[in-house]
Amino acid sequence: MKKILAALLFSLLPLAAFAQDEGVPLQHTNINLSNTASLQRGAKFFVNYCMGCHSARYVRYNRVGKDLGLTDVQLESYLMPAGGKVSDTMVSAMPQADAKKWFGIPPPDLSLEADSRGTDWIYTYLKSFYLDPKSTTGVNNVVFPHTAMPQVLWELQGTQKAIFTIVRNPDGSAYEVFNRFEPVTPGKLTPEQFDRADRDITNFLAYMSDPIALKSRDLGLRVIGFLIIFFVFAYLLKREIWKKIH
Amino acid sequence: MSQDAKKRDYLDVTGGWLHTLRGWIDARFPMSKLWNEQVAQYYAPKNFNFWYFFGSIALLILVNQIVTGIFLAMNYQPSATEAFASVQYIMRDVNWGWLIRYMHSVGASLFFVVVYLHMLRGVIYGSYKKPRELLWIFGMLIYVALMGEAFMGYLLPWGQMSYWGAQVITSLFGAVPGIGNGLEQWIRGDYAVSGITLNRFFALHVVALPLVLVGLVLFHLIALHEVGSNNPDGVEIKKHKGPDGIPLDGIPFHPYYTIKDIVGVTVFLAIFAAIIFFSPGLHGLFLEPANFEPANPLKTPVDIRPLWYFGPFYAILRSIPNKLLGISSMGLAIVILFLLPWIDRNPVKSIRYRGPLYRVLVFVFAITFIILGYIGLQPATPFWAQIGQRMEELYFLFFVVSWIYTRPRSWVFLALAFLAVMAVITAFDWLGWDAAIAHLKIYSWLIPGIYSMIFLLLPAFFSKLVEPLPVPERVTWK
Repeated sequence: MKKILAALLFSLLPLAAFAQDEGVPLQHTNINLSNTASLQRGAKFFVNYCMGCHSARYVRYNRVGKDLGLTDVQLESYLMPAGGKVSDTMVSAMPQADAKKWFGIPPPDLSLEADSRGTDWIYTYLKSFYLDPKSTTGVNNVVFPHTAMPQVLWELQGTQKAIFTIVRNPDGSAYEVFNRFEPVTPGKLTPEQFDRADRDITNFLAYMSDPIALKSRDLGLRVIGFLIIFFVFAYLLKREIWKKIH
Repeated sequence: MSQDAKKRDYLDVTGGWLHTLRGWIDARFPMSKLWNEQVAQYYAPKNFNFWYFFGSIALLILVNQIVTGIFLAMNYQPSATEAFASVQYIMRDVNWGWLIRYMHSVGASLFFVVVYLHMLRGVIYGSYKKPRELLWIFGMLIYVALMGEAFMGYLLPWGQMSYWGAQVITSLFGAVPGIGNGLEQWIRGDYAVSGITLNRFFALHVVALPLVLVGLVLFHLIALHEVGSNNPDGVEIKKHKGPDGIPLDGIPFHPYYTIKDIVGVTVFLAIFAAIIFFSPGLHGLFLEPANFEPANPLKTPVDIRPLWYFGPFYAILRSIPNKLLGISSMGLAIVILFLLPWIDRNPVKSIRYRGPLYRVLVFVFAITFIILGYIGLQPATPFWAQIGQRMEELYFLFFVVSWIYTRPRSWVFLALAFLAVMAVITAFDWLGWDAAIAHLKIYSWLIPGIYSMIFLLLPAFFSKLVEPLPVPERVTWK
């Protein structure tokens, strides 16, 4: 009997999640792809904190090095696991099968995460973990309720709790709406420093999604510049030829 | 001799080995003849305006899609396990692969922009009317083939939206009475969209449909060069020929329109480049965020929507709760375009001489199409379904009003037409009555109501609004 009741309660959980999911506004990241220092810091954070579980299987170390101004030696000593080749892709050492066993779902590949989720989502998600004793990971997230991901950045950010306000429907039922976070234990970084770290990681994920965006703008300006000059000559030639038509 | 000397010959090379080579080829293949007949001595009206750039631009994009497509096919892997990764391989590891792929994906969207403008041009200046009915039909066949080409191409990146979009659209065939399920499986080659579907869509996308498209474009051009181009005044330039048999208002396509089109193409390429280099996804409009996630048959996305260019038809499909009726009205929305030459038979071609109300009618039709496109991209809520239904009514009313405007109508005819239209619309509302959105249904009833009042009742009282203006004998220019 108890088991059936528990199962029933569990089946209601997604509904609760849906109610909480409403109306958490995403914060604007304000990242800058041309800030190479930020991208380099982001790469370091990514390798240290994210790649334990997540891969970026389409991204090669030496491409990151080329785009972010790092030499092969720097790549090998700061970003890469020992014994790897610089032409390797950024694959996590965690076996997928184990990851699935531990987290329920294998951690998704992050090569294109910024394009599929959006940078504001990543930025807000990473700073929105809160303590939740009901969760198996000990934390929950207001952007992605019941996320399988633990709060990996806790030692940088510290821990926080979420304050919800209870809103009553006219029919008497109630649901919770996220109100604000309150810090519980401080992390190694101040809130401002953590905010910058969060932005650096988001910036690096945005870079990985579309690495060519760093260069395509410069090339685009040159192409459009050429077309403008070409337009002037084409237009003058057109006017000259059309002079004969009355 | 005089006839030959008079006609300008742009391949004329004075003496030398090129001249000899040309003679050698012309004795064996009609090279100079083809060039002269189709280009250098093809006489086009001299009064083409802005709207006449889009034909040659569409041809340019077709070439762009074929050339970039060939290079993409060199590196793409059409299999469920490899497709998504091979697109990323093209984007990151193939030299200039990102540029080729963005030229192809942005080119596909701009193809539809240009084709829609090209079709609107035909509506504005009555280019589908006699003797250009077949020209219009070939054009519509190109449009339908293009929709098939785009739909199959969109499955190839094997992202979430590729997969689920194909799943939804192929499931439409399942609604055909009787043979539905079998037809659906036959198209997919499987019970659901799978790697098998991907393989056949790849074959159709890179071989079958491009062949069909190129063939139809050829037919479209042959028909055009047979009947000659229409123009913004909608008058036939062939009616007034000089003693040499050349239309007085015609100018050779080359060099006049080749150079003019080069100017237009340059502006187009600048816009093309701006999108490719600065915002290839155009904020989710040209590349959808959900498609950056690999296809997952076990995870249905919250909102499944096609790319923007199918939006208007998707809105029509979704606005009717009954699946078969929705599909039929979507099909009818396309079929009715084929019939336009026989619906609008007003002898005056150009919008310039059809009276003020016709201008408003065409403008509202274009806006209706854009709003339908917008609704097609919104989440499927009762509100958007209802507004979509109203816009669908306006879409079809355009054809009804076009037919009525074919000739002068008595005020009795117009009043009866108004009553008939509103009776049909009210009957549909009554059949599809939904108490949950009663207010919305009643208020939005005013949308077709006001539309019919303007286009059917107003001319009953002010017949001048739809009276054609005198059409000039010759084209107006400058």
